[in-house]
Amino acid sequence: MKKEILKLRDVKVYFPVKAGVFNRTVGHVMAVDGVDLDIYRGEVLGLAGESGCGKTTLGKAILRLVEPTNGEVTYVSKEEDETELTSLEKKDMDPFRKKLQIVFQDPHSSLNPSFTIFGSLQDPLKKFGVNSKEERRKIIGDLLEAVNMRREYMDRYPHEFSGGQRQRIGIVRALCLDPELIVCDEAVSALDVSIQAQVLQLLMQLKKDNNLTYLFITHDLSVTEYLCDRIAVMYLGRIVELCDSEDLYKNTLHPYSEALISAIPVADLDKKTKRIVLEGDVPSPVNPPKGCPFHPRCPKAKDICKTEVPTLKKYSTNGNEHYASCHLIDLPEIS
Amino acid sequence: MAKTSLDRKFDQIKKREEEKSFSIKKRSRIVSKFLNNRLAVFGLIIFTIIILASLFAPLLSPYDPMRVDLRSMRQAPSFDHWFGTDSTGRDVFTRVLFGGRVSIFIGLGSAILSAVVGIAVGCYAGYKGGWIDVIALRVSEIFMSFPQIILVLLLVSITGQSLFNLMAIFILTGWGGMYRLARARMLSLREEEYVQALRSFGLSTFTICYKHMLPNALSPIMVNITLSTAMFILTEAGLSFLGLGVPLNIPTWGNILNVAQDILILQNYWWMWGPVGLVISVFVLCVNFIGDGLRDSTDPSQQG
Repeated sequence: MKKEILKLRDVKVYFPVKAGVFNRTVGHVMAVDGVDLDIYRGEVLGLAGESGCGKTTLGKAILRLVEPTNGEVTYVSKEEDETELTSLEKKDMDPFRKKLQIVFQDPHSSLNPSFTIFGSLQDPLKKFGVNSKEERRKIIGDLLEAVNMRREYMDRYPHEFSGGQRQRIGIVRALCLDPELIVCDEAVSALDVSIQAQVLQLLMQLKKDNNLTYLFITHDLSVTEYLCDRIAVMYLGRIVELCDSEDLYKNTLHPYSEALISAIPVADLDKKTKRIVLEGDVPSPVNPPKGCPFHPRCPKAKDICKTEVPTLKKYSTNGNEHYASCHLIDLPEIS
Repeated sequence: MAKTSLDRKFDQIKKREEEKSFSIKKRSRIVSKFLNNRLAVFGLIIFTIIILASLFAPLLSPYDPMRVDLRSMRQAPSFDHWFGTDSTGRDVFTRVLFGGRVSIFIGLGSAILSAVVGIAVGCYAGYKGGWIDVIALRVSEIFMSFPQIILVLLLVSITGQSLFNLMAIFILTGWGGMYRLARARMLSLREEEYVQALRSFGLSTFTICYKHMLPNALSPIMVNITLSTAMFILTEAGLSFLGLGVPLNIPTWGNILNVAQDILILQNYWWMWGPVGLVISVFVLCVNFIGDGLRDSTDPSQQG
């Protein structure tokens, strides 16, 4: 039986839009607009979607780097104790900060240029009770070796490393407190393809060695296919499809996912792919369209899509759970 | 195959690497980068000489800077009086040495103290944002919009001329600029991902903003400290020249320059204002060189 590690219920992150002389709030950017999601222990959950759809904001909201406006983020420990994180005081978050960590997108801004690697990594260790310097050096050195770098590199400055190396140092930082869940926020998208593969392999290796769970945020569906167990597709702050990664490619239910998948380049000259080109941009999250948020760009849109908001419903494909929010699916709904 | 000179160089490097004479850094990176900058080192040497000379002024000069000697009035530079004497027979060289003490103390002291105030407020407010930032911003605007010279007049008329009044006014009017500089850097730094990473560990605000972010904001501040040192020395000279600065009986570089108000002295007795003017310019220039060097050496992304 799969056990949850994190349960998100109706998570919303709104950013106020201020205007005018008195800085009145005239509207909200609905970056994340009601997300329900369970992350299971030991899985790799992909979170895909185009830029601006709120996937990074959702990742940060889990760690409370961005405060959620509404909703619950519940952490379930190994002993199945549940803790709701968003209502905790800042200082009561500490024990959970150890469990949840993040790897950032941009390897160039994710390391402090004024400190050596050891210098910038030692403070978190100090805070969580690793008091002797030798011990801190040992932990960081061991982790550097675990990501195939030399132990001595900890005394070097970030500008002495290449992008791929920095990203691996970013992974070391996320690992140094022995976390359970790591949010990989576009962790490989800034790297070139050969280094991407290297870092992805490393991530999978580390997952095996340390029993990690990943929330893998990406805009690149070809990456998710390779390493995710399940994939959630986001559009305009909402999850539109959630299923096992194999089903997403074979039994796509939502027209938006179909369009995304058709955009993956295929290295086969004979294979004819039907490319679905989406017209226009993502609608403004300040003022989302009525009805299904995807209807202005959807090639299949019907009248019902313009008036009624679809909810995430459960279906079954290949005997697996498959969630999608679209009016036009003819599969029977499972309760 | 014959070895080229490049091959030999590589062999040397390899040999040194094997002996591990490379890996141990004896000097810190900032220091060695600073020492590689010739102008900065030159500035530092002259700066040190001027400071040491004013500190050990009694050893360097047999004269008393305050003692009036009417028998030797307005003498041109000679072996006895290197920079000549002024209208009351005081030795100008001695006065420049002793004046350096006060002027440098005012200049450096006010610049550093206003930087400390500005950085302390600016880092915290810039990182935290919200109402603290708004209040600090408005307060700094009020201080910056207040004309310095009127403040000086006001304080001088209430409490009389004194060195500490002058410094207090310099700090009050000077911290705003430093605050804004620090705040602006913090605003752009706080969105950097390494700051977010530190926050995701739940480190305290103080550790994040003063320990991890401040070093990255320091290089423009460093330059500003040196620039404002120079500016404060010049302002002190200007105010003393107007008779509003340090009391006239205390020798400062500005007070010595004061005599140049007299057109007669300006035309006929160049040694009363020339050397001290030169010393002020050289000192200010050196401070600026040092500032440049510090900026380059504290910027970690510049190779040294």
